[in-house]
Amino acid sequence: MLKNMKKTTKSNIITYGMVIVAYVVMQALVNGGGISNLIQGLLVPLCAYSILAVSLNLTVGILGELSLGHAGFMCIGAFVSAAFSKMNATTIENDLLRFIIAIILAAICAGIMGILIGIPVLRLKGDYLAIVTLAFGEIIKNIMNVIYLGVDSKGLHFCMTKASDLNMEKDGKIIINGATGITGTPHSSNFTIGIILLIITLIVVLNLINSRSGRAIMAIRDNYIAAESIGIDITKYKMLAFSISAMLAGVAGALYSHNLSTLAATSKNFGYNMSIMILVFVVLGGIGNVRGSIIAAVILTLLPELLRALNDYRMLMYAILLIVLMLFNSSPAGIAFRERSRLKKILHKKKEEV
Amino acid sequence: MRRKIVSLLMATLVAVTAIAGCGNSGGSASSAASGAAGGDTIKIGSIGPVTGAAALYGEAVKNGAQLAVDEINAAGGINGVKIEFKFEDDEHDPEKSVNAYNTLKDWGMQILMGTVTTNPCVAVTEKTAADKMFQLTPSASSQDVIAKDNVFQVCFTDPNQGIASAKYIGEHKLGTKVAVLYNSSDVYSKGIYEKFMEESKNQTTYTVVAEEAFTDESKTDFSAQLNKFKSAGADLVFCPFYYEVAAVVLKQADSMKYAPTFFGVDGMDGILGVENFDKKLAENVVLLTPFVADAKDEKTQKFVEAYKKAYNATPIQFAADAYDAIYIIKAAMEKGGVKSTMKTEEICNLMKDAITQISFDGLTGTAMKWTKDGAVNKEPKAMVIKNGAYTAMD
Repeated sequence: MLKNMKKTTKSNIITYGMVIVAYVVMQALVNGGGISNLIQGLLVPLCAYSILAVSLNLTVGILGELSLGHAGFMCIGAFVSAAFSKMNATTIENDLLRFIIAIILAAICAGIMGILIGIPVLRLKGDYLAIVTLAFGEIIKNIMNVIYLGVDSKGLHFCMTKASDLNMEKDGKIIINGATGITGTPHSSNFTIGIILLIITLIVVLNLINSRSGRAIMAIRDNYIAAESIGIDITKYKMLAFSISAMLAGVAGALYSHNLSTLAATSKNFGYNMSIMILVFVVLGGIGNVRGSIIAAVILTLLPELLRALNDYRMLMYAILLIVLMLFNSSPAGIAFRERSRLKKILHKKKEEV
Repeated sequence: MRRKIVSLLMATLVAVTAIAGCGNSGGSASSAASGAAGGDTIKIGSIGPVTGAAALYGEAVKNGAQLAVDEINAAGGINGVKIEFKFEDDEHDPEKSVNAYNTLKDWGMQILMGTVTTNPCVAVTEKTAADKMFQLTPSASSQDVIAKDNVFQVCFTDPNQGIASAKYIGEHKLGTKVAVLYNSSDVYSKGIYEKFMEESKNQTTYTVVAEEAFTDESKTDFSAQLNKFKSAGADLVFCPFYYEVAAVVLKQADSMKYAPTFFGVDGMDGILGVENFDKKLAENVVLLTPFVADAKDEKTQKFVEAYKKAYNATPIQFAADAYDAIYIIKAAMEKGGVKSTMKTEEICNLMKDAITQISFDGLTGTAMKWTKDGAVNKEPKAMVIKNGAYTAMD
């Protein structure tokens, strides 16, 4: 049966299968108690980073534009959803329902932001686009740092100077406190929701790639002029890919923010560093390779944690391993080695010998 | 040849992963036993940044705590059992901090002395509260940190520092026209600033004539802010931020011939140690701090000497906080009769009660007491810099 299937379908099935198997195995281990607290705590972040990597792959791999501001969209998703959840912690009793609404809100807001930023940014190409996305990512992070939002009996209060300027009633509650961010987000994320979101992300991205729109987007990537000459609406398709990518990053942000009780926009988690980190997942996993993105995200998130045994040499070792992995993955010698030792080839050879 | 290199690299990779895996599986084995863990040692864990921008603080806490642990172990331990101490890096990131906490839990930690910085600490308190683990933070100072009932602080909360500063300036009539400069992108600085402004309204001996902010991105040029202060006629500038920035501010104020009294908080400690900083500029700077390395009392001198010998550096306030934290844990454990064989939850309950009953004399304060809410109650100490050294102010 597998033989007659289209190559892409087969590949997609392997991707979904990989995620589902990973879920079943991990869930069994968690229930069986045969797993360390560290790994258990990492399950949700792993899902969030996988979603981020897959979504960025849509911009970098399929649309072919280098975006360095992906963490900015994640930041919007995280803040919008966390603010919503904190505000409605008492009004919407059902934890799951509140979280689902928060995720949808995060996706919508990040998507709108993606469109708004996409309008000026997608007029550019190549390096220029990369630099401008980088700037927008930083702008989003810095704006988040000066937002004050409070709620009291009169309604919402908003300002961008300081908390005391909110002029709230005595019963007022501060939701977003400037650079301090949001504290006390309800802990709604769990591994099951994370995996479901990851699968939804995969469905969206993989179906987009294999659709008419996806082929149009890839045509733009491969040859801009040729695509335009056959009547493909460049702006529309570019915008489509960019905003979907932003939306999914927003979803990942919601998952991330509901896993920690504190949320502040620092350069570590929503700034330049994070954007580059996501880009590294995509590049290491193979640009345009969705399954690779997930694997790379998982490995590179786990690696620094598993290296804790090395104490002071941890980050050094991590950097060296990153270089080694890159060489193995992308250098000509590495590719040749992988070609030679491919499982399929070995199996094939054996068959011939028989 | 090429093949050999590649396979060699892969072999290294596998080996490293295996080592890492070992560390990990070893951890999970002890976590299974952590319910009735321990035995002959009590396991105290600590978390803080030892890499990244805030590494200085994590390093100080790690060293300070280690010093105290070594001393206690050399003297026979707590209630007859030795302390086992482990420090994990969190890179000043809440997510990494939770990972570090989980790693320590796998190791079998019974008491958490941490975390060092505020935001990661808030994330970790949620976990310790869920696991019912006793937590004492040496230096995470925001109010959010002690929201849970299992968390206690060694340092002042930010609001308390702001209020104490305002009261101190008011009562000692250090100035009549006060200007405030603060870092709006820093939780610590902003927390103190806000409470200072609130309390200033109650003070009659001075008025706040100007307030200006800067951010982490714009902390190199303060001429605009200082000029405003100068034209407003401020004779005291309140500076609730860290010493690296304070050094720049002092230099620029001096170059524009503006000489008000500069009043700092505990973050100002360390200003005399800044490289290429002319100590004369810090003359007459007042700071409200629980600890200075140059203090003349015997306890501090003994600690500073031991610290210098062990780490070849002068301890900052964070190191003293951590050193005290370990001794506070010791005192509370002795008071509550905590045994290393108890479950984490049992220890937590005993410690929670015990810490409110002790009165502790340490490096960062005398007669330190705790209430159920987790905040420490100690007298703020004011220091003034005279002739290039910290001197207690009377």
